[in-house]
Amino acid sequence: MSLAVSELRRTPLCDIHCQMNGKMVEFGGWHMPVQYAGVLREHHAVRTGVGLFDVSHMGEIEVIGPDAERLVNFVSTNNALRLKIGQAQYSALLYEHGGFVDDILVHKVSDTHFFICVNASNQWKDFEHIELMKLKDGFKADVVFASERYAQIAVQGPKAMATAQKLTSTDLSSIRYYWFRDGEFAGAPARIARTGYTGEDGFEVYVEPEAAGTVWNALVQAGAEFGIEPCGLGARNTLRLEAKMALYGHEITATINPFEADLAWIVKMDKGDFVGRDALEKIVRTGVSRKLVGFEMRGRGIGRDGYEVLVDGLPAGWVTSGGPSPTTNSNIGLCYLPVHQAQPGVSIQVVVRNSPVDAVTVATPFYKREK
Amino acid sequence: MTYPETYRFTKEHEWVHVEGSEATVGITDHAQHELGDIVFVDLPKVGSAVIKGHTFASVESVKAVSDIYSPVSGEVSVINDLLQQTPEKLNEDPHGQAWLIKVTLNATPEINELMQAADYQKYIGAE
Repeated sequence: MSLAVSELRRTPLCDIHCQMNGKMVEFGGWHMPVQYAGVLREHHAVRTGVGLFDVSHMGEIEVIGPDAERLVNFVSTNNALRLKIGQAQYSALLYEHGGFVDDILVHKVSDTHFFICVNASNQWKDFEHIELMKLKDGFKADVVFASERYAQIAVQGPKAMATAQKLTSTDLSSIRYYWFRDGEFAGAPARIARTGYTGEDGFEVYVEPEAAGTVWNALVQAGAEFGIEPCGLGARNTLRLEAKMALYGHEITATINPFEADLAWIVKMDKGDFVGRDALEKIVRTGVSRKLVGFEMRGRGIGRDGYEVLVDGLPAGWVTSGGPSPTTNSNIGLCYLPVHQAQPGVSIQVVVRNSPVDAVTVATPFYKREK
Repeated sequence: MTYPETYRFTKEHEWVHVEGSEATVGITDHAQHELGDIVFVDLPKVGSAVIKGHTFASVESVKAVSDIYSPVSGEVSVINDLLQQTPEKLNEDPHGQAWLIKVTLNATPEINELMQAADYQKYIGAE
């Protein structure tokens, strides 16, 4: 599907991206920068200094009311009952058949208020799904589509803390990884979460759309001494792939379940009933037939999204995400293989433009930051 | 970056420099800029045939693969090893050091229909 540029959604930072020479592309119906100075440069900035991302296209759904916690725990695979106020957790929404609706980040704002960050391309689908599940079981809670209320900016990298601390009186070092706090950032009311999609330390800051420009410009200034770079979707993808983080539509889809996707850790089967649990129970009993595994190219060629994977010369699976890894200086990817081959050390071939190129399965993540 | 007067340019952003019965083929500065960081270059084998208007190589950026079309017909006589080792040179010096292939021409190539430097610059200005 191709939309005319004028039909694409724009974030509040669109003009700033153009001013900063962002190369704009269409992404999930949004007009977004794929790069500014260059993907490799932006990638390295995040790994060694600090990078800045406009992630305002992401969706936000709020669940508010006496049954908010029960409803969230019912639609989400992870255990929402274990969250403390100010804590966040990575989770998923599943269909009753066990396939993914989306992967999500659940934040507990209060006992009766949950804040969920969801993928840009799935936000309306996710909202309708949670609403439908709520109506099915009569939970007393409001499900609010809140995306228009929030802009989101991510600041990521070893220098992200030092950069962001200049702009808030909140003691950022006291926010532990995967926790958040409501406060003020660059003079605007903000939800400051120590989360991210890069594998580095950093923050995702949620503010009103009107404040986005101010926050962005303040971060550009604050990060200047550390060589802060604005980063686009290109670097966002190379960074998350190295950190082995899933991307909806690639590693996770409606026809893939969490056990296949190597995401058993976000599924808490013993927490009680949740949407998809019955289907997952069956899968636990019968086992999965395919599983996600990392690979690294050995021959000349880059295994990319959608390329076929061969084992012993026969079609065995496909690449979900693949490309160059700037930090490890190799060509990496993730693929689905039959479960017995989906472990490190298996020789495979990736079909690159009709030619099989040698590769090998490897352990993941491909990159892990120093603690 | 200058677009050399002695080169001819295609609508698909390749350049060709003909010297007698030999031609050198590359991609333009405009092309490398549009592609972004180049991470892989796939060149044909020496001795293989290239046909005007047909793809003969591919250039990969971080996110995408782009086909490169030959402006001339002939046989590949040399490929640029530099690009196998350091594909990023294609971003740095696309009109010079980072040529893609040299071709022994079949016949006098019909390059007069290809754009000269000034026309190509107008073409990319207008794009």
